[in-house]
Amino acid sequence: MLLRYFVVALLELQNMCLNRGIRRLKDLPVLRILYDFFSSRLSAMTVPPLSTADSPTRTAPSVKPRGDRLQVLTWLTSSEVIAPVVVGILVLIGWELAVRLTNTPPYLLPGPSLVFTTLIQDWHQLFPSLMVTLRITTIAFIAAALSGLLIAVVFAQSKWIERSLFPYAVILQTTPIVAIAPLIIIWFRNNTIMALVVCAWIIALFPIISNTTLGLKSADHNLVNLFKLYNASRWQTLIYLRLPSALPYFLGGLRISGGLALIGAVVAEFVAGTGGQRSGIAYQILMSSYNLQIPRMFAALILTTGLGVAIFVTLTLLSDLLLRHWHESAMTQES
Amino acid sequence: MTFPSAIRLRHVGKTYANGTVALDDVNLAIAPTEFVSLVGPSGCGKSTVLRLIAGLSPLTTGDVQWGDISRDRLSFVFQDASLMPWATVQDNVRLPLRLAGVPKPKAEAAIANALSMVDLQGYERAYPRQLSGGMKMRVSIARSLVTQPSLMLMDEPFGALDEMTRSRLNSDILHLWETQRWTVVFVTHNIYEAVYLSQRVVVMAARPGRIVADIAIDAPYPRNDAFRTSPLFNDYCRDVAQQLAEASLGMPPLADLRQI
Repeated sequence: MLLRYFVVALLELQNMCLNRGIRRLKDLPVLRILYDFFSSRLSAMTVPPLSTADSPTRTAPSVKPRGDRLQVLTWLTSSEVIAPVVVGILVLIGWELAVRLTNTPPYLLPGPSLVFTTLIQDWHQLFPSLMVTLRITTIAFIAAALSGLLIAVVFAQSKWIERSLFPYAVILQTTPIVAIAPLIIIWFRNNTIMALVVCAWIIALFPIISNTTLGLKSADHNLVNLFKLYNASRWQTLIYLRLPSALPYFLGGLRISGGLALIGAVVAEFVAGTGGQRSGIAYQILMSSYNLQIPRMFAALILTTGLGVAIFVTLTLLSDLLLRHWHESAMTQES
Repeated sequence: MTFPSAIRLRHVGKTYANGTVALDDVNLAIAPTEFVSLVGPSGCGKSTVLRLIAGLSPLTTGDVQWGDISRDRLSFVFQDASLMPWATVQDNVRLPLRLAGVPKPKAEAAIANALSMVDLQGYERAYPRQLSGGMKMRVSIARSLVTQPSLMLMDEPFGALDEMTRSRLNSDILHLWETQRWTVVFVTHNIYEAVYLSQRVVVMAARPGRIVADIAIDAPYPRNDAFRTSPLFNDYCRDVAQQLAEASLGMPPLADLRQI
């Protein structure tokens, strides 16, 4: 009976997604890129490496055509997917049973079924809030990526610039955002969204600066010499050597910063929310807890966590896409 | 004054900031189109000599004189292939031309030519990770010869390769040298390689780095596998080995090794 309940809830959720939210999500450019990437990744995975023998015999790279759908199916039925899913279902069943058997009131701990129904019932309020948070996170993240890259390039130009400014980047990172968020919200009191973006940006900036600076400095020593030998200009060295060398580091920084931008946005929304300013999903969490709507709070929490995971997966895929030809981290298990 | 050498090192010395004397009073003249090998124990400064010639590191004393070859017609091959992993084979080979701003049609022709010289046609679009160690080295050599250099500085280019690949690339490099008329300074720790390739083998000793012997390998080119197994080849190898052993005899006691 319980299982049936779940299935019905899931179907209902799917219907709702189809009716409103997801259709809008599909229009987001990020998801379109993702889709394109998925199809290209699947085809890239089937290209074997060229002949590794030293003898320069020409063997044309043979492409084994394999159904994309089949690969997805194999992946879905692998233990990698099935094991965590089974654990998840068992935990949910245990949770539901525990809540029902002990008669725990929902304002202390709601069962998963109640959380799901709340999620569906309040979808029309929660989903738009989630989109607000997603927008704040995305803007802050893109701003952090661009400004972080730029600052790292400036740092890499001279030891003196780096020595003079890097400590301040560290200070920016270590200052607790909860403490300065009220100040920032006061500064931008006419524009709450802007204040939230600034908070999330501060949190997301540092990993990009530190990672990219490291990457710009870790170009292959012989290649640096080679560029010197061929009288490469500073600009040429940056474009053709330092930036590509830093790419894996930059992407690593992005993966950390994506999650941090979301955390920054959530924290700032909490602070702004206590001041009575409406915003995204964290405001919903805050209000639900004030009103003892704990199932709704859980539902909003699930959405927030889901968004965090989605951001991480997106950035991991982006990283794999950009590095798939050359970097160890993006290689499939050949050789 | 007429200058018979392509390149000449006079009283060259190199002392690092920490006081280590890498080279002390090195005198070496290399004639145009000559193939000279530098051999010696590790730490004898043979790689430093190349770096000083290339201008990658400043001299402490002495000077490097250039003959009638131009300084910008110099190429350097490193011990590892040092390819850009994010670029295809042809983009790696293109690098020196791109940095020099060579127009595209001319560059394309030069790249195709360089790749055919190292027998890598058909691999233009491959990425370095798809290639074996020997093939990567070929790409590295193609990159160095795409600018049509007159002076080739090679720093243990085949040191990391297996014996089969090494001897194959040795034959290839010798063939290219004969057709391209480069001047080559070749650093190696492999006596057989040095004798097989060179017209002259310069033996160096360590602490401080200095030249202790200069042995002319008087054998005709083209050299082939028959030369590798000839008594003449063996005699030269023994000769060089003996000089190297003598050079190593003067090694300081273990306590001094910590300075390296």
